[in-house]
Amino acid sequence: MLNDNILSLITFLPALGAILIVLLPRTGKLIQWTALIISLLTLLLTLHLPAHYSYGRTGFQFVENTPWIASPKIRYHLGVDGISMWLVVLTGFLAPLGVLASWSAIETRTKEFYFFFLLQQTAMLGVFVSLDIFLYYGFWELSLVPMAITIAMFGRTRGPQAAIKFFLYTFIPSALFLVAILYLYGLTGTFDFVELQSALSTGAVAITPHALWWVALAFLFAFAVKVPVFPLHGWLADVFSEAPTAMAMVVAGKLGLYSILRFNLGLFPAESRQFAPCMIALAVIGILYGALGALVQRDLKRLLSFATLSALSFCILGIFNFTIAGLDGAVYQTINEGLIGGALLILAGILYERYGTYELSAYGGAAAKLPVMVVLFIIATLALVGLPILNGFVGEFLILSSSFATHPAWGALATLGVILSAAYMLTMIQKIFYGKQSALVANRAVPDVISREYFALWPMAILMLVMGVASPYWFRAIETGIAGLVNHEPPAETRRLPLNKPLHPASAATQARPAVEGQ
Amino acid sequence: MNDQLLRILPETILTITGVLIMLVEPMIPKSASRKSMGWLAILGTLIALFVSLSQVSAPAGTAYYGLVQTDAFSGFFHVLIASIVLVTLLVTLDAVTDTTENLGELFALTVFGAVGSMLMTSAQELLLVFIGLEISSISSYILVGFRKHTAKGPESALKYFLLGSFATAFFLYGTALVFGATGTTQIVAIAHHLGASTTPMLATLGLGMLLIGLGFKVSAAPFQVWTPDAYEAAPSPIVGMISTAPKAAAFAVLLRILYVAFPTMHANWVPLIWIMAALSMTLGNLAALRQQNVKRMLAYSAIANAGYLLVAFTSLSADGIAAASFYSVTYAAMNVGIFAIISHVGGYEDRLTLISDYRGLGYRSPLLGGAMAFFLISLIGIPFTGGFFGKFYVFSAAIHSGMVWLAIIGLLNSGVAVFYYLRLLAAVYAKPQENTPMQSMPRVQYSLLAAIFLTVLATLGLGIFPGSVLGAARAAALTLQLEPVPSVATTAQVPVTQ
Repeated sequence: MLNDNILSLITFLPALGAILIVLLPRTGKLIQWTALIISLLTLLLTLHLPAHYSYGRTGFQFVENTPWIASPKIRYHLGVDGISMWLVVLTGFLAPLGVLASWSAIETRTKEFYFFFLLQQTAMLGVFVSLDIFLYYGFWELSLVPMAITIAMFGRTRGPQAAIKFFLYTFIPSALFLVAILYLYGLTGTFDFVELQSALSTGAVAITPHALWWVALAFLFAFAVKVPVFPLHGWLADVFSEAPTAMAMVVAGKLGLYSILRFNLGLFPAESRQFAPCMIALAVIGILYGALGALVQRDLKRLLSFATLSALSFCILGIFNFTIAGLDGAVYQTINEGLIGGALLILAGILYERYGTYELSAYGGAAAKLPVMVVLFIIATLALVGLPILNGFVGEFLILSSSFATHPAWGALATLGVILSAAYMLTMIQKIFYGKQSALVANRAVPDVISREYFALWPMAILMLVMGVASPYWFRAIETGIAGLVNHEPPAETRRLPLNKPLHPASAATQARPAVEGQ
Repeated sequence: MNDQLLRILPETILTITGVLIMLVEPMIPKSASRKSMGWLAILGTLIALFVSLSQVSAPAGTAYYGLVQTDAFSGFFHVLIASIVLVTLLVTLDAVTDTTENLGELFALTVFGAVGSMLMTSAQELLLVFIGLEISSISSYILVGFRKHTAKGPESALKYFLLGSFATAFFLYGTALVFGATGTTQIVAIAHHLGASTTPMLATLGLGMLLIGLGFKVSAAPFQVWTPDAYEAAPSPIVGMISTAPKAAAFAVLLRILYVAFPTMHANWVPLIWIMAALSMTLGNLAALRQQNVKRMLAYSAIANAGYLLVAFTSLSADGIAAASFYSVTYAAMNVGIFAIISHVGGYEDRLTLISDYRGLGYRSPLLGGAMAFFLISLIGIPFTGGFFGKFYVFSAAIHSGMVWLAIIGLLNSGVAVFYYLRLLAAVYAKPQENTPMQSMPRVQYSLLAAIFLTVLATLGLGIFPGSVLGAARAAALTLQLEPVPSVATTAQVPVTQ
């Protein structure tokens, strides 16, 4: 039965592909084609999930659960809920696009590149589907390795330094995270997420609130670095400018955000509420800092890294509002960000392939030469700044409206970020594509978007539109996932906190969607 | 065959092998290759390995008036030491040339060193431990200075010898003091003579001295100063061995002494071990950060790893002992593996020494570069490698018994360690430069391929299915704890089973 093993199949198919690639000869485009076929197959398998997901119920589906290591008790426990399912699909969707984006960008040492690229897919998929914290930690750490090695190998100028910076930034918090995991294991005797969740929420664990607070903080710290949350974003700009496009597309955002939702909110709801004021403040600072930083960048990739920081901070804001609308919006925005950020990075990579630079000042008036590219660039830009009918609007609207309801002042400041995002993104478009033609653009004859790039970019653009118009399709699953999270709230004292006060999920949804459909 | 002889059969086989090499080698004509002696050593080691494997599952028992005891614990370490020596011999065969000086002695000493290390793990008597320690140390001293024509070799060997003799003297003095306090040097009997309530000053002092002697051997801070010099001077294949086999033996002895002879005095020794562990991890990692020389860097990393291993000692549980034993296996797998690559790239004569010399190894030889990256990833402690489970078990044992701070120090240290391992990893995968010294790298021989295959397989296997080795380590740990700790010091003579 496919349903019983589908998650293992999805997770390990890329790894098998990676092994296959090691064995292949380095002739022609054989390795690229193999990687493409493997990632398309993975995408196909991930699409099995939404097709066979039973939308009516909360909890985990497609569960696989067998013992792996007897002592300590570690289980091979996989499963997805409404949140992780779409992230699995997103990962599957971005994989073939990543291959297409690297098709001509990576010409030397393709075997190494696609080996690590596919290994990275396995690591990320594993993070989303693991329900045993130990197993999860394994994939989490594994995801660092291909990323760091490809950054070191394929970095533009300072690859090794960026790789080490990235690795250190993420590894040291992970070490503390491991202490926290082991500490929990020592108290409960289990790594199983579901068991831990019920043990912690019923108060069956003999742990002092003080210790639990530290455990929750260790979790949050590790995830926040990976998102990244301001002020832990130091690695992001370097990694964006050095990493190959296909790897930069997946380095930020979804892994960390998913983990915060799953583990911090799932296991430590009360502690997460204690962290909320601080996290909301950091999120708003991140939104504004990222936006202001993006305004002054002269390098396209660095600009995108600041834009990403700003966009991801919106997701953090949505999560720590603790309203169902905010959480829904955060999940949706996580998917959007993966899509939009990915598209922008691919576009930037294509520009680089054409002109050999990310310096904004070198560009100007390129619209005349690249008419199709400019359309795609503008679609992605408008999605990022949250234009209605595109996907970014839905997520941003839910997040901002829920913050206005709970923390009006922070919400107002965050809305400033939306305005600023329009400013820096449109300035970027203006600098690259309009105005006087620069010497570089005028003197170099380059093709517009070619067929391979069409295949990478049009699906993204179409999906941005579809996700903007038909968001209820995605929310069906996301809402069950969020409901599953919220149901595990300990009933006692936390009820006083703003969960039930402001927005009702239904009202949030009805507020958001007619506005969209009315366009 | 004599039942008693069976209990020291691996040691006997290796001794015979060593002696045979010494006897046959002078008869080979001067101009002929002496590599065949290496194969002879491998053959002997293989047999010893199989005999050791059979000892693991055989019923435990003592021999020679309780001098040695084979049980799951000694068997575990015997197998480990024999495997290390086997791979080391394979690596040595690849690294040396037909004209390398004193090749016969090199192989013989490697094998003799293994005899000493093995003897340490099955010894039940502090004096026999001392003899094993000396056999293994003396062979290490000579091997460190084996390249007599280099400036560093003899100097480091002499330094190592002087400090080492000093440390073994401490061990001997400690033995004498323990004898004074308890009237016996039998490890099991010591526990019977030490009351739970009274901890005589003399025994504490003796234990401290034993700790110094063994701390030196495992290169734990603050007794670590010899390590970088010795590693830098010794031929690389040998470093792979002396950084693992004698250390594993010394750790085994330390486990036996602490958990079998002095369990009642844990209040005295746990703080000492705590300090040694924290110091070793911190000093080792911080010093490694500054190294440019690969072997010196790995020497400091060895100090840090000794610290991680000592963390497990503080847990006072079977889990802790099993974690320590498991860690010795994983560390051996990845360290012998990484030195296999270093010996090939740098050669017996250390043509390449600096981290920057390894630039582009991943392109020059995808196999060696990939294997090196894998070992470094394991040393960093990324999941699905042996290194991760090693650290995992050690720190989970520590946290389980309440040593949360030590675990935090350790894991933060492993974060620091990432930096220097990654520097090497980044060099391996950085774009190669023109005219690097690596151009002259010799062809990879089958013996090296076998060595790399075995170590990669072990590291990967330990990372995905740690269960079987952990099970063996646990069984080994239980044999140590079988001895019930008596609470009063009235037991007279402990009957010697034969």
